[in-house]
Amino acid sequence: MAIPQVAQNFAGSVTEVTLGATAENGGTRTSTVTIGGAKNIVHAGTPADSAGRKPVIAMDVLDVAPTDWPDELMAQYADVADDPAAWAKKCVEQFGADMICIKFDGVHPDKGDKTAEDAVKVTKDVLAAVGVPIALWGCENNDKDNKVMPAVSQAAKGENCLIGIVEEDNYKALTAITLADGHHLITGAPLDINIAKQVNILVTDMGFPAEKIVTFQSTGALGYGIEYAYSIGERQRLATLAGDKTMAMPMICDVGYESWRVKEAKLEGVPEWGEAADRGPMWEATTAICLLQAGADIIRMRHPRAVAMVKSYINQIWD
Amino acid sequence: MALTGLDIFKLLPKTNCKKCGMPTCLAFAMQLAQKRAELDACPEVSEESKNTLAAAAAPPMKLVKFGTGETEVQVGQETAMFRHEEKFHNPSVLAPTIYDDLTDDQLAARIQAVNSLQFERVGEQIGIKAVTIINKSGAADTFASVATKVAASVKLALILCSENPGAIKAALGSTASQVPLIAAATLENVDKMAAIAKENKCPIVAKGASLEDLETLTEKIKAAGVEDIVLSLDTDSLKENLYSLSQMRTLALKKAFRPLGYPSLTALIGGDDDSQIAATSLICKYSGIVVLDTVNPAVYLTLLTVIMNIYSDPQKPVQVEPKLYSIGETTENSPVIFTTNFSLTYYTVESDVEASRVPCHILVVDTEGTSVLTAYSGDKLNDKAVADAITKSGIEDIVSHKKLIIPGYVAVMSGKLEEATGWETMVGPRESSMLPKYLQEVWG
Repeated sequence: MAIPQVAQNFAGSVTEVTLGATAENGGTRTSTVTIGGAKNIVHAGTPADSAGRKPVIAMDVLDVAPTDWPDELMAQYADVADDPAAWAKKCVEQFGADMICIKFDGVHPDKGDKTAEDAVKVTKDVLAAVGVPIALWGCENNDKDNKVMPAVSQAAKGENCLIGIVEEDNYKALTAITLADGHHLITGAPLDINIAKQVNILVTDMGFPAEKIVTFQSTGALGYGIEYAYSIGERQRLATLAGDKTMAMPMICDVGYESWRVKEAKLEGVPEWGEAADRGPMWEATTAICLLQAGADIIRMRHPRAVAMVKSYINQIWD
Repeated sequence: MALTGLDIFKLLPKTNCKKCGMPTCLAFAMQLAQKRAELDACPEVSEESKNTLAAAAAPPMKLVKFGTGETEVQVGQETAMFRHEEKFHNPSVLAPTIYDDLTDDQLAARIQAVNSLQFERVGEQIGIKAVTIINKSGAADTFASVATKVAASVKLALILCSENPGAIKAALGSTASQVPLIAAATLENVDKMAAIAKENKCPIVAKGASLEDLETLTEKIKAAGVEDIVLSLDTDSLKENLYSLSQMRTLALKKAFRPLGYPSLTALIGGDDDSQIAATSLICKYSGIVVLDTVNPAVYLTLLTVIMNIYSDPQKPVQVEPKLYSIGETTENSPVIFTTNFSLTYYTVESDVEASRVPCHILVVDTEGTSVLTAYSGDKLNDKAVADAITKSGIEDIVSHKKLIIPGYVAVMSGKLEEATGWETMVGPRESSMLPKYLQEVWG
């Protein structure tokens, strides 16, 4: 019996997005990344035709030394935690980060309440220290982000950064400035595919180009809701393949933050669960690999050993 | 693939004899299509039609069981490509390796390590369910003796791994009653292996280099009278495995292609512990059995959690028991927080309370497994539900104060809640992640 063909041609594919601008495009990046482009479900079809671009890892750099990171994670950054530029350099040069994501935790009113000037300085320092593309991620306090992120966006003008996140009830200020400064935008939704679609429509109605959007569906860590993020990722990909242009964007996940909050990743002194030094990086890597099955294109990560595991996985599948 | 009423009608005698109790053959066919009638009710139907109908009614992917009694596991019979369409039915089975060239001491240590790969996580028991015994020595008697020892010292289903029919036969001598999975039949040994599987009533792995080889193998094994088959692609490439697993699942489910309508086994052999984490992709994307080459508990806790999550029912929120949970060394002065019994909500709150290092009582209100906002909008979280939870928990005898921290998102409940319970409410943060800061400031 001949094996039937299962090749499927879909109406849509994931938008290809290039982040970072080199000198010839008016920026100072020494490398860019291009993501997206998948034409099928992850692992369906043939690798050469369907898989799209290789997913990338954006390593987190905080604008303030973390106070609540578990020891195993903190130990990796003890020498650079107060210096975002050195931190970013370490991620790129020693840990192989494809991108840096500056997370402006320190501007949050409850976590340091730093000013826009502080955030601009961190942005400029990191841009000067590394040549990879940069993502600029607010503190997720709307009022404060609306004050700080426009200044950050402007400071990085010309670098073609990825800026976020905008949400259904807070998108106008950041969308406008991101558009004006020529960056890419992250649209966020709380694990709700209808809201995800809605916020994409809202920002494109403002004139923001759909092909410069990356979606963030919210992330659940392994063991703590990853199945919701996983199924929304799969549903976004299916909508994309069916030709829905309002869902055809690449997807970013926040794996580092979510997985290192989890008890299983950080609890020490439980030998029956294996060494904490293994468990934390494995929990982070597994969360990432799981979400790659659902169609993630950019993964925000923290631990270098987890990054190495995920890169090894990615290189086996997208070579 | 399901047949329509008209498809079935074509297979019936079309005599309208009414012996089935229906006025016409067409009416009977419609009942059959809706699974409201049994074909046996028709005395006139031909054997050929019976076989066609039986084949069409069979699940697109075979259910395969191995092990016996308490150790029996089942894989396969999956019906969906995506977990949001329908729950994945039979969770992937993890099966660590044990090689037969180990010294006695090494073997004992390995068995002990394998036996420790059972965990309790969020109130559920999770663990490995099988073990893979590998004939690395090449000697049949060594394999048989190791298989006998392992079989006697584990409560797990066995996978016997050798391409030498003599070795499999020897190992089955003492283990056949435990119904091991035989791994594997290849193009070279399929006749002998299939005969051994048939004789011992054991399921068997078909191992081939391509889908075409696997198809050839399953046809041969089936012809030899063995129905329970597991597919395994003979490649070290994870990429090739994943693309083939997706293709096989699609062929079975969407094309009703029977020769590949079986569960799959994939082995990640060699490499360090970190490399084994790639098994995550095999669990998500369609490998029913995953053979791993490590016994590091951290790897298993992680991968078993993947299985727990991916195979959960997307239609049914996971719940925790609505009761009082005390976190840390609580006293009569410890704060009391309430939240809902949606497990995700509860475990997020629990982990943030732990992070605060402030011992707390968490009062879990029964909201039928919905989150705070959903429960509030659906009126499953109201002053009465909280008052009930307070009464049932006996918290009034446990703490000496009457202060209740309520989720920030339902601050609006405050007034009614105070009336209904006589407790003073304190509005906590909206996001659980702000709990540590809140607790340290308000109660630290």
